[in-house]
Amino acid sequence: MEFTIDWYFLIEKLLLISAVLGVSLAVAMYSTWGERKVAAWIQDRRGPNRAGIFGLLQPLADGGKLFFKEEIIPSHANRFLFVLGPSLAMLTACLTSAVIPWGDTLTIGDRIVSLQIADINIGVLWIMAVVGMGVYGIMIGGWASNNKFSLLAACRGASQVISYELPMGLALIALFMLSGSLSLKDIVEQQREGVWYILLQPIGFLIFLICAFAECNRTPFDLPEAENELNGGYHLEYSSMKLGFYLFAEYINMFISSVLMATLYFGGYAFPYMDSLGLDGNTLTILGIVALFLKTFFFIFVFMWVRWTIPRFRYDQLMKLGWKILIPLALLNMLITGAVVLFRQYGI
Amino acid sequence: MQSLTNRATPVDRRPMNLWEKLYLPAIFKGMAITLGHIFKKKATVNYPEETRPFSPVFRGLHILNRDEEGRERCTACGLCAVACPAEAITMEAAERLPGEEHLYREEKYAARYEINMLRCIFCGFCEEACPKQAVYMSETFAPSNYQRQGFIYGKDDLLIAHPQKSITENKK
Repeated sequence: MEFTIDWYFLIEKLLLISAVLGVSLAVAMYSTWGERKVAAWIQDRRGPNRAGIFGLLQPLADGGKLFFKEEIIPSHANRFLFVLGPSLAMLTACLTSAVIPWGDTLTIGDRIVSLQIADINIGVLWIMAVVGMGVYGIMIGGWASNNKFSLLAACRGASQVISYELPMGLALIALFMLSGSLSLKDIVEQQREGVWYILLQPIGFLIFLICAFAECNRTPFDLPEAENELNGGYHLEYSSMKLGFYLFAEYINMFISSVLMATLYFGGYAFPYMDSLGLDGNTLTILGIVALFLKTFFFIFVFMWVRWTIPRFRYDQLMKLGWKILIPLALLNMLITGAVVLFRQYGI
Repeated sequence: MQSLTNRATPVDRRPMNLWEKLYLPAIFKGMAITLGHIFKKKATVNYPEETRPFSPVFRGLHILNRDEEGRERCTACGLCAVACPAEAITMEAAERLPGEEHLYREEKYAARYEINMLRCIFCGFCEEACPKQAVYMSETFAPSNYQRQGFIYGKDDLLIAHPQKSITENKK
C-alpha cells in the first residue's frame, strides 16, 4: 500500500489552526476593551477613550503594562507548578476551539476546505473534557502559591466548576437526545434544515447559560475571584503576565462559551432562509461566518451585561442553586425530552 | 416613632411567592434597567477637552495685579496675610529705589510674595482685605504637581502679564 502525505491538507489545517487561535486571542483581547466600555456605559460613564480612537489601543496598553510588571514567585512556592498553573489555564482555554465549526465548506480550486479544525464524532464531549481539565489550572495555581488563602480560593473555584459541570452535562444530554449526534457539525446542519434548538430546548438553554457563567467564573458566580470581599482568589500570589494569563484565559473561555451557545442552540453558522437566497457556496459560507460571529458577540455582550447587573451570590446560595435547583431541573428536562422523543418515534 | 417625612413606607416582609422565587423575572427587570442606562446621557465630562462651567463667583488661583502702566500694585502692607485664615501668604517687603518707579507703583513693594496653594482654602478674604486692588482671584485652579514645593506660588507665578509688553518679553 502506498503511503502519501496530503501536504495541502496539512497546510490547510495549520492555517486554520493559526487563524482560529489568532481570532480567539484577538476577540478575547478586545473583550477586555468591550467589558470596560459596557461597564462604563451601564454606569453612565464613557469608558476608556484615551489610548487611540475610542480607546481601541487600551488592550495593548494593558498587555504592555502586565509585561513590564515585576515577576514575583513566592519563596516557598513550587516553582514548576506555579508556572504550570497559568499555562494550563491558557492551554485548556485555547484547546476547546478545535472542534467548533466556524463555517460551512469553502471551495478553493477543486479542493473543498472545511472550516472546522477537527470534525470528531465526540465533539461536545471533547469540550466538556477540556473544560474539566481547566479546573487543574485553578487548582494547581492555588496550591502551588503556598498561601492558605489561595488554596481556599482554589478549592472554592474547583468545587464550583465541578458542581456546575453536572447540570451543564445533563442539559446537553437532553439536546443530544434530539440531535442524535455529538458532532457539532451535525448539530449545526440539523439546525440549518430544521429549527434552532433554542425553540426545542429553552430550559436546557437556560441551564446551559447559567452553567456557562459559572464555568467561566463570571459574575454572579465569580466567587473564585471575588475581588471585593475575599481579598482576591486563586491567583492571589500571581503578578505580571502570569496573572494576565489567568485573566486572559477567562476571556477566551467566555468567547468559546459564547460560540458554543450560538452553535448548539442558535444555529451556529446557519441563519434563517440561508438556503433559499440562491447564493453560491463560498458567499454563503462567508455570510455564515459573519452570522456566527454576530451571534457570538451578542452572547459576549450578554455575559458583560449580566456581570454589571447582578450582584455576586453567597457561597451557600451558589451551591444550593447548583445542586438543589439546576440539577433537578436538568433531570426533569431530560425526562420530558426523552418522553417526547420516544412518543414521536413510537407513538402510544 | 413619628416619621420625619410622609414618604416612609413599611417594608414588605411577606414570604416570596413562586413568581418571585423564580428570580428570573426580577433579573430580566434589572437587565432592562441596565440596558436602558447604556443609552442615557453620560455623566462624565471629557476633562482636558471640555470643562465644567464654573459659577460666576468662583474663587480660583490668585493673581497679583499691575496698574495700567504695568507697575506692581502690591505695597507689601501684609493685610492679606493677616486676613488669611489658613496662613498661606508670606511676604517680604522692600523699599523702592530711585529709578524703579516704572516697576513699582508705591514706595514700598513686595520683594517676595508667596502663597502656599496647599494651605489656601480659597475663601477670598485676601482679595477683600487688599486696599490696593493688588490681589484678585482668577477663574482657574492650581494644576497638579509631583512636589509639595511646586504648590508654593511665588511672584513669577502670580503676577499678571505686563499690559504694554509683548508676549515674548513677558515670558522673560
